[in-house]
Amino acid sequence: MEALDILLTASFWVAAIRIASPLIFATMGELICERAGVLNLGIEGIMTVGAFAGWFTVYSSGDLWTGVAVAALAGAAFGLLHATLTVPLGLSQHVVGIGITLLATSLTYFTYRLALPEVTSPPKIEPFQPLPIPGLSEIPILGQALFSQTPLTYLAFLTVAVVAWVLYRTPLGLALRAAGENPSAVEAQGISVSGMRIGAVMVGSALMAVGGAFLTMSAFNSFFFEMINGRGWICIALVVFGSWRPGKALIGAILFAAFDAYQVRLQQITSGVVPYQIFLMMPYVLSILALVLVARRATYPKALMIPYQKGER
Amino acid sequence: MAAKPPGGVRAAALGVSSGADISGKGRRALPQEPHPAASLPPSPQGGGEHRETVLRLQGITKRFGALVANDSISLDLARGEIVALLGENGAGKTTLMNILFGHYVADEGGVEAFGRPLPPGDPRAALDAGIGMVHQHFTLAENMTVLENIALGTQALWRPRLDRAAARARIAKLSADFGLAAEPDAPVASLSVGERQRVEILKALYRDAKILILDEPTAVLTPSESEALFRTLKLLVGQGLSIIFISHKLNEVTAVSDRVLVLRGGKLAGERPTAATSRAELAALMVGQDVALPPIVDVPYGGRILVLDEVSTGGKSSGAPLDRAALTLRGGEIFGLAGVSGNGQAALAALLSGSEPSTAGDILLDGEKHRPWSTREALDLGIGRIPEDRHAVGTIGDMTVAENLIAESYRSERFSRRGFLDWGAARTFAREIIADYDVKCPSPDTRIRLLSGGNMQKLILGRALDPEPRIVVANQPTRGLDVGAVAYVHAKLIEARGRGAAVLLISEDLEEIVALSDRVAVIFKGRISAPSKRGERSVRELGELMAGHGLEAAA
Repeated sequence: MEALDILLTASFWVAAIRIASPLIFATMGELICERAGVLNLGIEGIMTVGAFAGWFTVYSSGDLWTGVAVAALAGAAFGLLHATLTVPLGLSQHVVGIGITLLATSLTYFTYRLALPEVTSPPKIEPFQPLPIPGLSEIPILGQALFSQTPLTYLAFLTVAVVAWVLYRTPLGLALRAAGENPSAVEAQGISVSGMRIGAVMVGSALMAVGGAFLTMSAFNSFFFEMINGRGWICIALVVFGSWRPGKALIGAILFAAFDAYQVRLQQITSGVVPYQIFLMMPYVLSILALVLVARRATYPKALMIPYQKGER
Repeated sequence: MAAKPPGGVRAAALGVSSGADISGKGRRALPQEPHPAASLPPSPQGGGEHRETVLRLQGITKRFGALVANDSISLDLARGEIVALLGENGAGKTTLMNILFGHYVADEGGVEAFGRPLPPGDPRAALDAGIGMVHQHFTLAENMTVLENIALGTQALWRPRLDRAAARARIAKLSADFGLAAEPDAPVASLSVGERQRVEILKALYRDAKILILDEPTAVLTPSESEALFRTLKLLVGQGLSIIFISHKLNEVTAVSDRVLVLRGGKLAGERPTAATSRAELAALMVGQDVALPPIVDVPYGGRILVLDEVSTGGKSSGAPLDRAALTLRGGEIFGLAGVSGNGQAALAALLSGSEPSTAGDILLDGEKHRPWSTREALDLGIGRIPEDRHAVGTIGDMTVAENLIAESYRSERFSRRGFLDWGAARTFAREIIADYDVKCPSPDTRIRLLSGGNMQKLILGRALDPEPRIVVANQPTRGLDVGAVAYVHAKLIEARGRGAAVLLISEDLEEIVALSDRVAVIFKGRISAPSKRGERSVRELGELMAGHGLEAAA
């Protein structure tokens, strides 16, 4: 019974939404890239860059929103590098993506050491504070979970709405999806496939970086090595789980975060009886299960991972 | 046509000048401006006929390395005219059209549309000038709807909202005006090939195309779909559009065009008004020599090699499953199976090839009941296979010619010793096939995807026929091939018949079936009609059976 009671506590849901926020940003970023036909495995490294860039900007200058903007720009820059290699040059998206992750991660650590050679424990910043929305935040449980979060969490939810709108309701989104389904259809209508794909990867990477920045600027208040800790890879799975649809991917992110928040609390009430590694494993096992059940009939973008060269058939 | 004032043609052709005009909003409204063509003087080509030239290609030359794909080709297209561009595969037709459409840049020469030069290498400029292209391989996104495919790129990218209602209205209008039925919300994946082509044509019309280029439009269509397409084309030119129709099929070219340009080896081999030429003349121009079907001599009828008795399949293959199908194949005959694709041809071919088991009925081989066989057993039983799709099933594109040629026989002692492949033997075999089957191919180590369709098919023929199979399952063996290659395939099938093999020829091309087959049956919804001997049924009767009329009674 105690295990079920957790689900009724507000703190559990607050934690779930907080854990979900960086995943939402990065999942939307990956989704945009893949919808345009580019698998972006640089996500893990780009999140690391974002986490560092945002935090370090705030540490140097103090303005939180400038930090978010710098993180996004840094992400977009790595996105441009990724896109240059995979789109006009048509290199393997797997190899480039993993290369970007390795490069971005190491470069971040290197920069960290250059910038802060003396410190033993990383300096702290003043992070985003919860901003309760008057009225709505007083709804029991739900109000606290959804409407007593930091501005960056609200931005995450807004991002989902914007991505969904752009993808399905605008000419741009139509062209972007077509670039991931059949690039020659895009070319035949006089739109540049390369332009669409490069733009998508840059915007997507910027979102990934903001997801990383959430960790150092909202969830925590400092930058640690290894703090992304596989979240990028989870987002790759979440895109599949969501069948490349923003709304379903959002549900996936919240579900995963809820598992994660749940296992921490479950560890506390069963401490000593069950090895804690079982609980740590739980969100991942459940994700795999959900992936198997949900994603089997997903229709993936037909041109995903297929480079497009103009004039070839 | 000649009397129509030039400005009025637009409205007549499109009939959408009010209300639904959204295609250029936000973009530079090029197609919406009064067309420069309206004030053009009549072209010299038109002579006294007063027909203006809408498109002019002048001295186009395009080289790919040492290969000259187009050698100084010039072409004029008048308003309301259908010009057929005829030529074998590799003659340079598609290259020429890709230059016109801006996919390639010509090395020499230029393109003028409505009197204005088109900037080279810019598909958008071609679109804006009113040139629409229906590619041989459709450029449709399957997971998206008809409306989304048509609207793609027609509204300014940065508009905050895609105007679906306007697009829907315009599609409905165009559909009604041109008799091109289309369900805007259907995903393209659910459409038949003919319907997809209609969507492609609608796409061009939606963008105010005045000049329509169709690249091998009938390669994937059934005969009835082709006829519907021809009616549509006549309707379009009647309303003032001009059409370039690219094909290698003589009967279509003579049926639909006003004028024929024949390309051979990248050069213009001849130009004829359709009314003043014959198929024989065009074929000779196209190939550079006379073409004829090899004589079919009577050979002694062999025994019943294979009998299918009320055989059904479970629907693993695409299209209809077999439904209590009956079929008898005898040695020394070509058995033609006509039918619109998707009616069970795939299931029958899969059953005989061993890739799909039967679920009911008996299979008799040499009079003995035989259980369904696996693909490997099919080869051991002497069943040679020419698959329907030579790219997807027939070959492995990135593997070499030699590897593909031994793909069915690499286990034999000839090519393997104690579990190791004997590449020397494989290459020798490949050289034999290349020589015997007249394949144009640099070496046995060439990747097979680099070969033309005809040469690929010759290699598949060689692989299937070299072991002298008793049964040959030829599924659409000449689809997409040019005249020369078709004649070659036919000759080889006749040769197999001559040495006593039972040849099952599955084809959508009725003329091919009628010309080659000793007996003909029709497949419809998985049922196979009673066969008729050569000449017993007319092409028209067969066509009706293909459409499903009277088949229940016949079967």
